[in-house]
Amino acid sequence: MAGWAFVVPALVMYGLFVLQPLFLTIQYSFYDWDGVGPGEWVGLDNYVRVFTDPDLLGPIFNSFRLLIFFSVIPVTLGVVTASLIHRIASTRFGSVATTVIFLPQVIPLVASGIIWGWLLARPGVVNQILETIGLGGIARAWLGDFGTALPAVGMIGIWVLLGFCTVLLQTGMAKINPELYEAARLDGAGWWAELRAVTLPGIKYEIGVCLTVTAIAALAAFDIVYVSTGGGPGRSTQVPGIKIYIEAFLQRRVGLASALAVALVVLVLAVILPVQRLTREDQT
Amino acid sequence: MIATRTEKYIGHLFLAALMLFTVLPFVSIFFTALHPSGSLPSGLEWPDEPQWGNFVEAFRVAEMGELVVSSSLIVIGVVPVSLAFSTMAGFAIGLLRIPGARWLLLLFIFGLTLPFEGIVIPLYYLAREIGILNTRLAIVLPLIGLFMPFGVFWMRAHFANMPNEITESARVDGASTWDLFRRIHLPLARGPIASLAILLSIWTWNQFLLALVLVEDPTQRTMAGALGAFQGHYATDIPLLCAGTIVILLPTFVIFVVLQRQLVTALLQGSVKG
Repeated sequence: MAGWAFVVPALVMYGLFVLQPLFLTIQYSFYDWDGVGPGEWVGLDNYVRVFTDPDLLGPIFNSFRLLIFFSVIPVTLGVVTASLIHRIASTRFGSVATTVIFLPQVIPLVASGIIWGWLLARPGVVNQILETIGLGGIARAWLGDFGTALPAVGMIGIWVLLGFCTVLLQTGMAKINPELYEAARLDGAGWWAELRAVTLPGIKYEIGVCLTVTAIAALAAFDIVYVSTGGGPGRSTQVPGIKIYIEAFLQRRVGLASALAVALVVLVLAVILPVQRLTREDQT
Repeated sequence: MIATRTEKYIGHLFLAALMLFTVLPFVSIFFTALHPSGSLPSGLEWPDEPQWGNFVEAFRVAEMGELVVSSSLIVIGVVPVSLAFSTMAGFAIGLLRIPGARWLLLLFIFGLTLPFEGIVIPLYYLAREIGILNTRLAIVLPLIGLFMPFGVFWMRAHFANMPNEITESARVDGASTWDLFRRIHLPLARGPIASLAILLSIWTWNQFLLALVLVEDPTQRTMAGALGAFQGHYATDIPLLCAGTIVILLPTFVIFVVLQRQLVTALLQGSVKG
């Protein structure tokens, strides 16, 4: 049992600062509490509100819409891009490019939010480009428009995550046996057939990792939304993270915020467990 | 492998497009940062008279000197302790395979999926209760706990792949478990520990939510937390905001350029390991 002593420090820190707060979040979620006075036990009331009040359901729906931009698009585009650059990755240009497209992964999400806040503003680069190519008619303050704010926030997510997905998927492709590709060619497979028959099965695991990482980034999004829109205009980009922050620390409705936080934790598990099951089953 | 010329051409084109997409935002804020403070230029416009002084001004108003010190203090508080604890736990779970190792690993892996939002509310009240709210310790202690899942997971993967012979021959020579760890396996784990150190440092430096909630004074926060506060103050002065963002990102850029290889590899392994 001497070995257990090696785990104790890690377990204590994890227990004190992660598991304990997690249990407290669950506990708070059954109370009506303003963070100062005594709390009042309200049973499941907070959860009922989370799942019936449009004010709280809205953020949950928004986080699913973000899933498209943070997860589906970067992973799909990443597969296409990676398969196209797969063959030139070993060149000098390829390795420089790998480094460059990785850059957004290293800077704080807050910085990405600020930078894109300016890019997507009325006089920003995005509108400049649109005007140059004759699409000035649709130029607008993308983050300030009810209809476009959420996709615009999603755009920031694509920028942050596309490079990461591309590089990761490309590493996965590099491990595929080249003979498989030659066999596919001999059978007369085109790019699409080759992608389906050889590449996709070969990078199943990497796709699973990309989907998991990006799905957590989408559902638990906070930093980017906080600095780029703060949840607005109106509630059009409000996501659970923002709503939890507002309810807990600005409105002082701690119980309600906690119930939403518990819902978020469960939501993340519900989304990523099936992904893990699908992409890991034949790996041991 | 034979790649046709068209394929190569398309591949290069795609890479170039992706690089442009990545870099253009940085070029835009750089150009904008050179315009007179308080003016409203368009997104991509080289100024008539570049205002290099904006960077000096941003450095001053962002209290950059203090910020670097604060973020560094937090990194120093978080990273070495996290490395030590996760290496030891990874050793016990991956190599000693102590009883219950499987369950322990599952317990830690669960933490990998946990959004910070799930625990930030009680962290605030806990920090208030033990009197560390608004101090750097309020960021440091929870971050160590929050890094345990990944750290343990990462180090376990290394130790689980070490050949048994090393351990066995040391045991035959009568090494205690501590000796085995300290003298034999710790030196062999230098590579993965170094990568883990890089990852945890970046994640600490870039941590926003904890800094925002637990520490009010920007000069006591992490770099990302301070940047958030800076944006709050200068949201309307676009050139100064851009200059400030660049100044605050500068340390990260420098480290990225110096350590690019290790960084990319570490970040990639970090997501695939296991």
